[in-house]
Amino acid sequence: MSVTVRIPTILRTYADGASELTVDPATQTVAGVIDALDAKAPGIGARILDDGGSLRRFVHVYIDDEDVRFLSGLDTATPERTVVSVVPAVAGG
Amino acid sequence: MTTLAPTATALPPVVEPADSLSVDEVRRYSRHLIIPDVGMSGQKRLKNARVLCIGAGGLGSPALMYLAAAGVGTLGILEFDTVDESNLQRQIIHGQSDVGRSKAESARDSIREINPYVNVVVHDERLASSNALRVLAGYDLIVDGTDNFATRYLVNDAGVLLGKPYVWGSIYRFEGQASVFWAEHGPCYRCLYPDPPPPGMVPSCAEGGVLGVLCASIGSIQVTEAIKLLTGIGQPLVGTLVVYDALALEYRRLKVRKDPNCAVCGDRPTVTELIDYELFCGAISTEAADAARDSTISVVQLDQWLTERERGERDFVLIDVREPGEYEIVAIPGSVLIPKGRFLDGTALGELPTDRQVVLYCKGGVRSAEALAVVKGAGYADAVHVGGGVVAWVTQIEPDKPTD
Repeated sequence: MSVTVRIPTILRTYADGASELTVDPATQTVAGVIDALDAKAPGIGARILDDGGSLRRFVHVYIDDEDVRFLSGLDTATPERTVVSVVPAVAGG
Repeated sequence: MTTLAPTATALPPVVEPADSLSVDEVRRYSRHLIIPDVGMSGQKRLKNARVLCIGAGGLGSPALMYLAAAGVGTLGILEFDTVDESNLQRQIIHGQSDVGRSKAESARDSIREINPYVNVVVHDERLASSNALRVLAGYDLIVDGTDNFATRYLVNDAGVLLGKPYVWGSIYRFEGQASVFWAEHGPCYRCLYPDPPPPGMVPSCAEGGVLGVLCASIGSIQVTEAIKLLTGIGQPLVGTLVVYDALALEYRRLKVRKDPNCAVCGDRPTVTELIDYELFCGAISTEAADAARDSTISVVQLDQWLTERERGERDFVLIDVREPGEYEIVAIPGSVLIPKGRFLDGTALGELPTDRQVVLYCKGGVRSAEALAVVKGAGYADAVHVGGGVVAWVTQIEPDKPTD
C-alpha cells in the first residue's frame, strides 16, 4: 500500500535531495506515513512533528489538496496512491 | 496532486474607477483596454488604485515594474536597504550603476522610466509596529516582498486590523508559494501558519540561495492577483495556496481554510493590536543566545589568535558552519567546513578534537551561535564563536575579499 510523499526544498537535505519519496507505511494514516518517511529520510520526522508528536504549527501536511488539520489530523487515512505533500513556512523574498 | 477548479468566487473590485483616462493614457494602455474584462472601467480602477509594495528586492522588483507598467496610479515603495552587487542576479529593478544607492530611490527612478503616469511614494523606513498602521492605511492593497517572518506577521496583522487585502509570496531556491490573505473574505496568513518556525530552523535566501528568475515566477503571480482584486475580475487566490516547483515546472493548488481559532482574525482574537514581532519570531533562539553570552570573540581577536596559532603559541580548530557553496565563495583562512545541520543532527560531534579549543563562525553569527549551543552542550565548555562572522571578517580584516 504505497503512498507518495512530496518533499519541500528545505527538507530535501534529509532525503538525499529527492523531491518525492514513496513509502509503505505500517498503518495507513498520516502518522504512519510520517513514521515510514522518517525511516527513509532520518531526521525529517522531527521537522514535521514536535517533541510531543503533534504537527508543528508552521508545517502543513496535505492529502491531495486538503489540509489534514481540517480532516482527522495525524489519524487521517492515507489510502493506496494518496499523494501527501509537506508544506512548510518559507519567508524568502 | 490533482488540479481542481478554483473554489473561490469573484470578489467586488477593491477600488472605484478614476474619472477619466487622458488621450496619452488611452494610447499607452490600449492592449488592456481591448480586453473586454478589463476595458475602460478596469483601467480607470487601476489608475485610481494605491498599492504598497513592501520591499524592493527579489519579489518587489518584478512586482513594482509590472504594477507600474499596468498603470496602477499610486505605487508606494517601503524599503530601507541599499543596493548590493549580490542583489543584481534577481532584483531587476536595480542596475549596476545603482550599487550603493537607496533601493527605494533606485526603484522609484526605474518606475518613472517605465511609466511616468505613476505617482511613486517612497517610504525609506523599516516597517515596525510603530509605523505599520499609519503607512498601510494610505493604500488599497498590500504586496509583500519581504524576506523575513517578523515582517510578514506584522504586515498580515496590520492588514487584518485595517481590512486590507494582502498579496503574499515567498521563495526559496527553486520553490515558491503565493496566496491572497484577506480576512473579510477568507483566511489570513496566521490561519495558514499560526506560529513562525523557531529561529534557525528555516534557512533564508541569504543562507540557502534563490534562483533569480523564481522571483519573476512568484512576483508575476502576485501582480496578477493584485490586478484581479483591484479590478474585480477572475477568481482571486483567496483561500488557495499556490506552491510552485520550478524544477518540476509544476503549480499545485492547496486549500487554505479560515481558522475560527485564529489569533488575529478568528472568532475570539487575542491579537487586537500590533505586537513585538521580533520577539514573536525570535531573532535568535534562547539556547543560542545563552551559549553565545561570554563566548563570543571579535574578528580582530580571531585575527590575533590565528597569528598566535601560526607561531605555535595557541592551538584551536576554526570551523566554518555555513554550506559548501558559501564556503567556496569566501572563507576565513585556516578554517575547515562542517555545515550547521551536522551539529544539529549530532554527526559533527564525533569529528571535533577533544584536545583543542573549538572556534565557530558563519556568515553573520546566528548559525554559529546555534552550533555553539550544541558544542557547549556536548561538553566543550571553552568553545567560542565569532561575532559578525565572515561578513565582519571581510569588512574589517580582508576588505579585498568578496562576501557571499
